[in-house]
Amino acid sequence: MADFLFFLFSALTVLSAFLVTVSRNAVNGAMFMILSFVGMACLFLLLEAYFLAALQVLVYAGAVMVLFLFIVMLLDADKARSVRPDRLTIVAATVGGLMLISGLAYVTFGPSAAPSTELPAITEMPQNATAENIPFTTASRSFGYGLFTKYMLPFQVTGFLLLIAMIGVIVLSKKIDASGDEPAKQKVAKS
Amino acid sequence: MTVSLNAYLFVSGLLFAIGFFGVILRRNTLVIYMCLELMLNAVNLALVAFSRYHNSMDGNLFVFFIIAVAAAEVAVGLAIIVALYRKRQTVMVEELAELRN
Repeated sequence: MADFLFFLFSALTVLSAFLVTVSRNAVNGAMFMILSFVGMACLFLLLEAYFLAALQVLVYAGAVMVLFLFIVMLLDADKARSVRPDRLTIVAATVGGLMLISGLAYVTFGPSAAPSTELPAITEMPQNATAENIPFTTASRSFGYGLFTKYMLPFQVTGFLLLIAMIGVIVLSKKIDASGDEPAKQKVAKS
Repeated sequence: MTVSLNAYLFVSGLLFAIGFFGVILRRNTLVIYMCLELMLNAVNLALVAFSRYHNSMDGNLFVFFIIAVAAAEVAVGLAIIVALYRKRQTVMVEELAELRN
């Protein structure tokens, strides 16, 4: 059963990811991207990372893709003439992608592939967790444990990064005219 | 029979290769950006799979940080694209080649 679900969800993820790259319309591409992210969340569920699956759907399929769709529709990129990629680009992309895939197949399934490790049993509660070694659990409680012991500094840096990004976006979206300067404030018409 | 670690790694690498293919092939900045997100997500899958098979929470926590940083990165990148569009009225990479030569 787990095998069947794995093949189903990975086929869904990979196929819709491929459709993102080849779809002409950017809005269709964004829709396939959402499908791909949901398939990825299902793969996270199969790996028993339930918290990350929820986070994937909320943040990626929700927030990030809504932002993408909003910008795609705002800029109306399809109105611009669609440029066909030239033959050299198509050949380069295909050859590069196929080389990556063949190298990958050799590494994962070839004769010198690393032997597959056993799937370890899951401990239910992070009782035997120390600050150095946090065992894998399905409880989101062990996320909190890890974030507030071993990864305290990165956690705070991430929060600060979000603040910087917010300020940066506000600065970037200020109106700038063609000469690169800020336009002068409009004068109130004298009555 | 359970799914092996190598199968997950293969799917992850396949997604990475598809994202790479899209980044090279496409000419629309927004679609290139979406393909970059795809590559980032492929790495997330590899990290979660390693974390599960290694019986350690570290990979999962890393994915948590990657998701947070990716959200910030998407916001800033899209703001840059919008600013570029307002200045140049295009999002196609051929028409944004001032640094060539």
